[in-house]
Amino acid sequence: MKKEETVNFFVSEAKKDFRIVEENLHNVIEEVKFTQNKGLNYFEKFDEEFVLNQLKKLKENQEANLSGKLFGVPISVKDTICVKGLESTAGSKFLKGYVPVFDATVVSNVKKEGGIILGKTTQDEFGFGTFSTNTSRVPKNPFDNERSCGGSSGGGAGFCAITRNYHINIGESTGGSIAGPASFCGVAGFTPTYGRVSRYGLIDYANSLDKIGAIGRNIEDAALLLEVISGKDDNDSTNIGEKYVVDEAPVKKIGVIKELLDSADPEVKKIIQEKINELKKFFIVEEVSLPLNFNYSLPTYHIIASSEASTNLAKLSGLRYGVQGSVEGKHFDEYFSSIRSEEFSEEAKRRIILGTFARMSGFRNAYYLKSMRVRTKLIEEFNNLFKKYDLLISPTMPIISPKFSEISTLSPLQNYSTDLCTIPVNLAGLPHISINAGFSKNMPVGLMAVASHLNENKLYSFAKVMQ
Amino acid sequence: MCAVEVNKDLIKKVAANARLNLTDEELEKFVPQIKEIIVESFSKLDSIEVDEKPSFQPIELSNKFRRDEVKPSLPIEKVFSNVSKELRKENYFKGPKVL
Repeated sequence: MKKEETVNFFVSEAKKDFRIVEENLHNVIEEVKFTQNKGLNYFEKFDEEFVLNQLKKLKENQEANLSGKLFGVPISVKDTICVKGLESTAGSKFLKGYVPVFDATVVSNVKKEGGIILGKTTQDEFGFGTFSTNTSRVPKNPFDNERSCGGSSGGGAGFCAITRNYHINIGESTGGSIAGPASFCGVAGFTPTYGRVSRYGLIDYANSLDKIGAIGRNIEDAALLLEVISGKDDNDSTNIGEKYVVDEAPVKKIGVIKELLDSADPEVKKIIQEKINELKKFFIVEEVSLPLNFNYSLPTYHIIASSEASTNLAKLSGLRYGVQGSVEGKHFDEYFSSIRSEEFSEEAKRRIILGTFARMSGFRNAYYLKSMRVRTKLIEEFNNLFKKYDLLISPTMPIISPKFSEISTLSPLQNYSTDLCTIPVNLAGLPHISINAGFSKNMPVGLMAVASHLNENKLYSFAKVMQ
Repeated sequence: MCAVEVNKDLIKKVAANARLNLTDEELEKFVPQIKEIIVESFSKLDSIEVDEKPSFQPIELSNKFRRDEVKPSLPIEKVFSNVSKELRKENYFKGPKVL
């Protein structure tokens, strides 16, 4: 990676000459408009005036912002993260018109460091999906517009791949929603340890799984943004208060997760295998096995994720914000049921039903509680491997990005199963990255690396070797 | 082992608990899909024995408390900025009947 391609380089130059900030931002704005006009749909909400007002303010207060790590850098934000004054819908028509009156902590942190909020990027509704197709504005893969950007942070990854200017995206992952799109779009996705980054202001999907992270053109950019958005926040009771600071950390021994490599399509497996052979020049690389995770992480994840989603979505009732109807003469049951039935998509309804079922009296012990116990076992399996290995690696996705025509033929279960590689690490709250490893049929193939809790810098050092 | 028969009645009951009215078309579509997910995926957990404590979070977290201090809150107009005119009555939210 050339130093000139990193946001760090841009920031150091921009501090010397503000015209660099203006030129970069105007170029990025033109790219956003161009991609919107071409129907590539990377942005759910883009308001040029909103962006230019921030530029004006930064120009007027340059001196005060000169220490900012993101001085003048355009930062796009996944639609599920609240930005004050900018419609934030989490990709759902139920939240149409909702304009937050406060910034999420990650957005405040970006602003404090001189970043410019560019707009809200497209995603699956509430994060429910692997392909960003469960929404009205479906982002298209820059490498082939008939294929998906991945999901659910699809718009952010797609724009990172297409822009030729300096920009970083704030994404969010519940079961692989940063790594998956990064893999399909050939960019760097960095998901932190659970609790590293405050979730205050996140329109949540599943509370014990959601993690806000970063997507960039390279690992340096993603790590820089992760450093800015991480750290202590009293507004999030699950925040662990450990700031991430970008640094190198020694990596010697790497385990290749056999089950995940063997599950990949032959073309994906071939590219990852070639990359593994190259890595052997730098690291000790051995094959490892995660049988429990391979067999049980998918059902465990889907029970937990849908259970938590069904309780989170209970708050959407057509009162106070988002779509609202007339309550005149209506009983609360009638009003809530009618507006929820009207405004939730098919996928949201399916997940609400699954989650409500798993928590119902008579099934709760067999499904919900058991899945939480199984999760303990699955985390232990990872921890045992981390006693011997610095990192574990596998393909990020078992396939290259599929065509929309192929996605439409998948059953919900087949659809959910494509997250096979990313779900175990998300269930265990482990930090992970996806870095491009090569191309198959002209489509990017991502390699995922996973570290033990709070060891993000091992991932950073490894990714720099990979790049 | 958790024996469960996934049929229209069960899905209707679960949907009603979640305040969702399903159309006949949705019901026809959801029953086989949800049955497949429960039988082929969720029920895999029947085959694993666990004595472990549940992990309600993936890392250990302790309760965090803040000082019980009065701080400035949102101005009234901001609180109501996302509420439709019809669902605001003076400085109250207006909702449907509960009795």
